[in-house]
Amino acid sequence: MSQYSFTQKDVVRLEAQAQQIREDIIAMIHAAKAGHPGGSLSAVEMVTALYFHVLNIDPQNPDWPDRDRFILSKGHACPVLYACLARRGFFPPDILNTLRQYKSILQGHPDMTKVPGLDMSAGSLGNGLSIGVGMAMSAKLHKQDYMTYVMLGDGEIQEGMVWEAAMSAAHHDLKNLTAIVDCNGVQIGGWTNDVMCIEPLADKWRAFGWAVVETNGHNMADVLTALHTAKTMRKPTAILMRTVKGKGVSFMEDDPKWHGAAPTDEELVAAICQIKEGGIM
Amino acid sequence: MDTLATRMAFGKELLKLAETNTDFVLCNADTKTCGLEVFGKLYPEREFSFGIAEQNLIGGAAGLASCGNKVYLATFGVFASMRACEQVRTFVCYPNLNVTIIGTHAGLQVGGDGATHAAIEDVSIMRSLPNMTVVQPSDAVSARALARASLDFTGPLYIRLHRNPVPDVYNDDYVFTFGKANTVKEYGADMTMIVSGILLKKALDAAEILHTQGINVRVVDMATIKPLDEAAVIRAAKETGAVMTIEDHTVLGGLGAAVAEVVVQSHPVPMTLVGIQDRFGESGDPELLYRDNGMDVDSIVAKAKRLVARK
Repeated sequence: MSQYSFTQKDVVRLEAQAQQIREDIIAMIHAAKAGHPGGSLSAVEMVTALYFHVLNIDPQNPDWPDRDRFILSKGHACPVLYACLARRGFFPPDILNTLRQYKSILQGHPDMTKVPGLDMSAGSLGNGLSIGVGMAMSAKLHKQDYMTYVMLGDGEIQEGMVWEAAMSAAHHDLKNLTAIVDCNGVQIGGWTNDVMCIEPLADKWRAFGWAVVETNGHNMADVLTALHTAKTMRKPTAILMRTVKGKGVSFMEDDPKWHGAAPTDEELVAAICQIKEGGIM
Repeated sequence: MDTLATRMAFGKELLKLAETNTDFVLCNADTKTCGLEVFGKLYPEREFSFGIAEQNLIGGAAGLASCGNKVYLATFGVFASMRACEQVRTFVCYPNLNVTIIGTHAGLQVGGDGATHAAIEDVSIMRSLPNMTVVQPSDAVSARALARASLDFTGPLYIRLHRNPVPDVYNDDYVFTFGKANTVKEYGADMTMIVSGILLKKALDAAEILHTQGINVRVVDMATIKPLDEAAVIRAAKETGAVMTIEDHTVLGGLGAAVAEVVVQSHPVPMTLVGIQDRFGESGDPELLYRDNGMDVDSIVAKAKRLVARK
């Protein structure tokens, strides 16, 4: 389990990596003139921790059968995933500025047949956890010890299919499956609990037979600790990570407007400045 | 003449194949579909129960397939094509995964269960999805042959099966070939009946009656609805000058539409589409429901005469 232990040096390295991923996200959405910065920025620490420390993956062999799996069920946040895959070496980073363009491998929502290292297509909400259930079942069937991680949005869990999947993961005793809920509190139409209240969230997952780990999603050490704890649980585990939508760019934070909008030229400069100077608060 | 439902013939054959072929898994959603309910008792590791949750069923199957497994799943055609339509489209067809969907209880033959359980739009839906192959056997012999052939198939596959026993049309030397139409009877070149599924027997009975009345019909079994054997359709249009399609399915978007799309673009000839007339199924004796929709042997004979008169 060496990939689950970490030192302060790892934390510093991963925080610096997260800063670069944030810059990539803003730059690629600016270049595309469209995209979803809010939910990409809220997930940066977790996706960075996974791709640059925890996941057992090989950029030279992206289809390696024993690799850990990651499904970004909230597929609209794909800029964070594309940036991590590129910086991790699955494809050249200069491709990032082709996001959403004609013939780009980087579709507006991810297509697994086009992107090296992408384990599953996504975009329609509520589906990823079921697919993760299937991947975790396959690991058990073939006695492989890879983990399957599925990241969901907090608005996304309003989809009923998520709870079909949750029920089946506990039924089939899928300890090798971890759900990560990016609780940034905002969805396209406003505050999540105004659109459709999802609380009490931890109780819901526990009632479905899952272990629950709650963490601050913007503290790298806390994120790494949560992933380690989830790995040791004897049940499928939900990591509920409290995050801020648009984290790292002050004018994007906690504002539903930035769920799906591209920064202007001026906003790009301001955002990159803030990310470079601020790092992570 | 032996009679067995296509769903039971397919399911029993797949069970038999599971003894020697250990490479496939089965996903179920608590329905009695095709006799595969016992699969889990025989091969507990290879069977995955998803409960009454068809969306989760398809999603789980996609996850299993993405890891390299050959996946079969079985549920009613209505639920596979509609309850889980988007999962089939976006997570099986879009990533082009190796998932075989066994959709049972097709068409008006369902009878008593009525409209909610009779799949009469499934072909239209499945046919519209890129990467999807759509097939339907016409009797127990072809259902068994299809089960064998499906083992070597790769990609999204929808297999449409009927609930109740039907008489055998084929002999045991029948071999199922994907994408290939099969001329079952050739009385002559006055018109062609292109049939898919269990109504093949009615078409053959109608063709026999028409033959005695001086109208000589070619009867073609179109077991693969997508990709369609376009060459066979064009030959039928050119050589017989009139085409009738026959299917236990709505006439909107199914086999008839698929054939018409080829005929109008390649060699326009008079056509008649026999099938469900843009209405829901209902409870009752399937033969009465077929009659109400003009799909019984007498109706097919009458429609064929009118079609030939339009040449």
